Amino acid sequence: MEIATVLGLSVLLSPVLLLATLGGGSLIDWPLSERNINRLARLTMLVGLLASIGVLMVMLIGGTRHVTVLSAAWIRLPHYHFFVKFVFDRLSVPLVILTFLLCGIIVSFATRYMHRERGYNRFFTLFAIFIVGMVLTCLAGTIETLFVGWELVGLSSALLVAFLQERPAPVRSGLHIWIIYRVSDAALLLAAILMHHMLGEGDFGRLLATDPAHPWPQGTISATPVQALVIGLLLVVAAAGKSALVPFSGWLPRAMEGPTPSSAVFYGALSVHLGAFLLLRMNPLLVASHLLALLVITLGLVTATYAHVVGSVQTDIKSVLSFASLTQVGLIVAEIGLGAWIPVLWYVALAHLLGHACVRTLQFVRAPMLLQDYRRLEGAIGGPLRRPNAGFLRLIPVRCRAWVYVFALERGYLDSILTTFLVAPFVKLFGCFDRIERRWCDFLAGRQPSAVPTPSAVVPPAADGTRSLP
Amino acid sequence: MNVFEVPWLELSIGIPLLGSLWVAGIRNPVIALRWCLAFAAITLGCTLFVFVGQATGRSPTGASEWDILPRLFNARILELDALSAPLLPLVALLHLLTVLTTVRTKFAFDSFAWMLRLEAVRLATFACKSPWVLIGLLLVGVGLTWLELVRRGKSTRVYAIHMGLFAVCLVGGWACLDPALPVKSATLASLLIFVAVLIRSGTVPVHVWVTELFEHASFGTALLFTAPLTGMYIAIRLVLPVAPSWILTAISVFSLVTASYGAGMAAVQQQARRFFVFLFLSNASLVLVGMELHTSLSLTGSLFLWLSAALSLSGLGLTIRALEARFGRLSLSRFSGLYDHSPALAVCFLVTGLGCVGFPGTLGFVGMELLVEGAMGASPATATAIVLTAAINGIAIMRAYFLLFSGGRHLSTLSLAITTPERCAAITLSVLILGGGLYPQAGTASLYRAAESALKDSAAHRLTSQANKESAHTEPDQLRDSRMHLPSWMPGPTSRNGP
Repeated sequence: MEIATVLGLSVLLSPVLLLATLGGGSLIDWPLSERNINRLARLTMLVGLLASIGVLMVMLIGGTRHVTVLSAAWIRLPHYHFFVKFVFDRLSVPLVILTFLLCGIIVSFATRYMHRERGYNRFFTLFAIFIVGMVLTCLAGTIETLFVGWELVGLSSALLVAFLQERPAPVRSGLHIWIIYRVSDAALLLAAILMHHMLGEGDFGRLLATDPAHPWPQGTISATPVQALVIGLLLVVAAAGKSALVPFSGWLPRAMEGPTPSSAVFYGALSVHLGAFLLLRMNPLLVASHLLALLVITLGLVTATYAHVVGSVQTDIKSVLSFASLTQVGLIVAEIGLGAWIPVLWYVALAHLLGHACVRTLQFVRAPMLLQDYRRLEGAIGGPLRRPNAGFLRLIPVRCRAWVYVFALERGYLDSILTTFLVAPFVKLFGCFDRIERRWCDFLAGRQPSAVPTPSAVVPPAADGTRSLP
Repeated sequence: MNVFEVPWLELSIGIPLLGSLWVAGIRNPVIALRWCLAFAAITLGCTLFVFVGQATGRSPTGASEWDILPRLFNARILELDALSAPLLPLVALLHLLTVLTTVRTKFAFDSFAWMLRLEAVRLATFACKSPWVLIGLLLVGVGLTWLELVRRGKSTRVYAIHMGLFAVCLVGGWACLDPALPVKSATLASLLIFVAVLIRSGTVPVHVWVTELFEHASFGTALLFTAPLTGMYIAIRLVLPVAPSWILTAISVFSLVTASYGAGMAAVQQQARRFFVFLFLSNASLVLVGMELHTSLSLTGSLFLWLSAALSLSGLGLTIRALEARFGRLSLSRFSGLYDHSPALAVCFLVTGLGCVGFPGTLGFVGMELLVEGAMGASPATATAIVLTAAINGIAIMRAYFLLFSGGRHLSTLSLAITTPERCAAITLSVLILGGGLYPQAGTASLYRAAESALKDSAAHRLTSQANKESAHTEPDQLRDSRMHLPSWMPGPTSRNGP
């Protein structure tokens, strides 16, 4: 077995073993102690990081930019194969190294931050699911494998947002995120199936014509502009859901209900960039359909502007950071769209993504100590820190500023729009069906009509009357 | 004597039947439970031998030279193929787990004997290919469940109306196809059997009996009556081989509507039992969707989804049953915060729930992937609808999870932790759902063969029917009827009329 294969398998198996140990222990009610969880988590992160750096070294020394470590048929039937394939290339290697690096840092941070916290084992089990999902997504060589990782990231994300489960608010936020993620997952699954149907392939190597001779981002796709647009639109919906692009941006500040370590790594660094990663992976589609590329640029710029405007009025540090993240994600998406004309921008977008993830993780991790940091800095310079200027917001005409302020305060009404026009009619329609069905049942059974409350909301409202979903 | 020469198939049905007689005489419910468990476990062992014998080709039809029934009736009544072989251990396992997770507060006089009786009938149903015997067994199963409702003193009207109609349609429909009987019309027969399948599968708009059954029968009885998805079995055995393609299309359309409707209803329910019923209906209907698409792949997906849905839904049902045994009827109109009392049940709820909706890494993912892939080849709109339905089901599952297990903390001075038998059941189900999801090749290959065989029978029948139509004006009725083609596993007119 080649050394790259051994190292690649180590990259894949180390987080899987962590998950199997923690998850299996929970299932048989034999959870590990805090100390053992820490040791195991750090060890697996270290092994994963060193192995992924090892693969990078092998690639640099060997001069290859595309290494396939595993390619096997998971299901093999006549006329149907489900291939599991993992690829190390210019896109996946930096991301997988970043994943292990940041997750390792967060494991160290969480070891102290979560010390003696109820649900310590649960936190690390969900974190292990996330790492497995991230590694699978980054290294996926087929769209199906990517989908598996994508779903695992979504599940762990929703459950970690609802980690502090004794309060209704985090749970409500967790469900909100899950709903958006399910829409995103459905779009990705449909895109995957359409790829098979229209282009006959789900393997990135054959679909995007990437191989050791033409590594990422030099791939091409043999799709007509219409096919590229249809598949691309579904991928854009998937990316928008995962990366909180407009109109799905409402979930990002809600995700801050989770513990700080998971917020840092999910919404500052890794998970929030998965949409951009997906677009980078499928970059030949943008070349095949310039209309799609224009749409991606527009979506990125609209998201960046929206996040900047809304972020400027936030009053808590985690919300400010989440919108700052979103601004950068919007810009990265716009860069990816522009890459259709200037391919070097795909490298710029990748570098932007990596740099932004590192900086934002640091900011999130330092967020609980922000006031202390400010006091220390002001003490050091002997005066108050200079407030950041309003940037391009100063250009807004004075008479419009009140409107923009309200718009920003209400986070662009995005949640209200989705709730009013999608969720509420859905709940109302099926509530009506429920009433009709109960009456029909009572009629058949010869009973008096029962008085059962009809559904008016997906989740019950909070004690103060506020609710995130109708 | 080879181990596979033992009549395992007959033993699988005989042992629970014998057990029911034995257990019926025991007055102490704790001792009755132990005996019931022993009989159910031995039955599971027998069905596993049947399955292994079929899968390895040592006993492809489950026949043995020591079989008693062929000597008594001079005909093979019990017969297996690749489709029914995995269903037997599945049904036996579901019964065993249901008995295992029955808490003491729910012990009732004679309930274990009933359970074994019903197990024998269900196993015989899934081990039977002969149409009239199959119909008879289906009706016995329906009747025994009705008796259970009567014994509990609950309203049986809704159930009786629907199941009465089911019985009439099934018997009437098959009678129209039987050359020995005077009324003959293939279209009328197909229509009647079609209606019977819709009713038994709980398809909209004839599904309200399922909600009523779960409302009024014990959760275990209702679960075991519905979870093996008997409607799908009827569809495969009685509809697929004889129905014209428009009937299959109609089944698919009704099933797709039910799947979407069930998913939407599950997402807004305010009671856990009703939530489970609609989730069940949605998933059960998705299984039927694949049948119409006429491709081996979609039918394989459908069959795989059948096994995974039966397993996952039963696991989810047993988890809700275990929660109800502790906390009473569960409401989804407020946060219950039960996680602290029963984290293992929460994990089981999540694993089985995600297994139902085809989450990656679970058994359901493979079935859903194959079904959607097959559907896309036949109809992209159907594939889109399936994907969206699965997405809504996923939302419904997580909503129920969050409402039941989080959002607060349930205060109790008593320990409500999971018991050892429940943990065994939870681990068994989790291992099967996750293990089957991680290594699906053996199962898919076997089901693919079953799907191809079913489609071949169906295609052969259509060709023969067409030939019959073309020569209809030249042949006398009696001759035409005698040529009515039935699949290879169905007895022909001669054997039906006796030797």
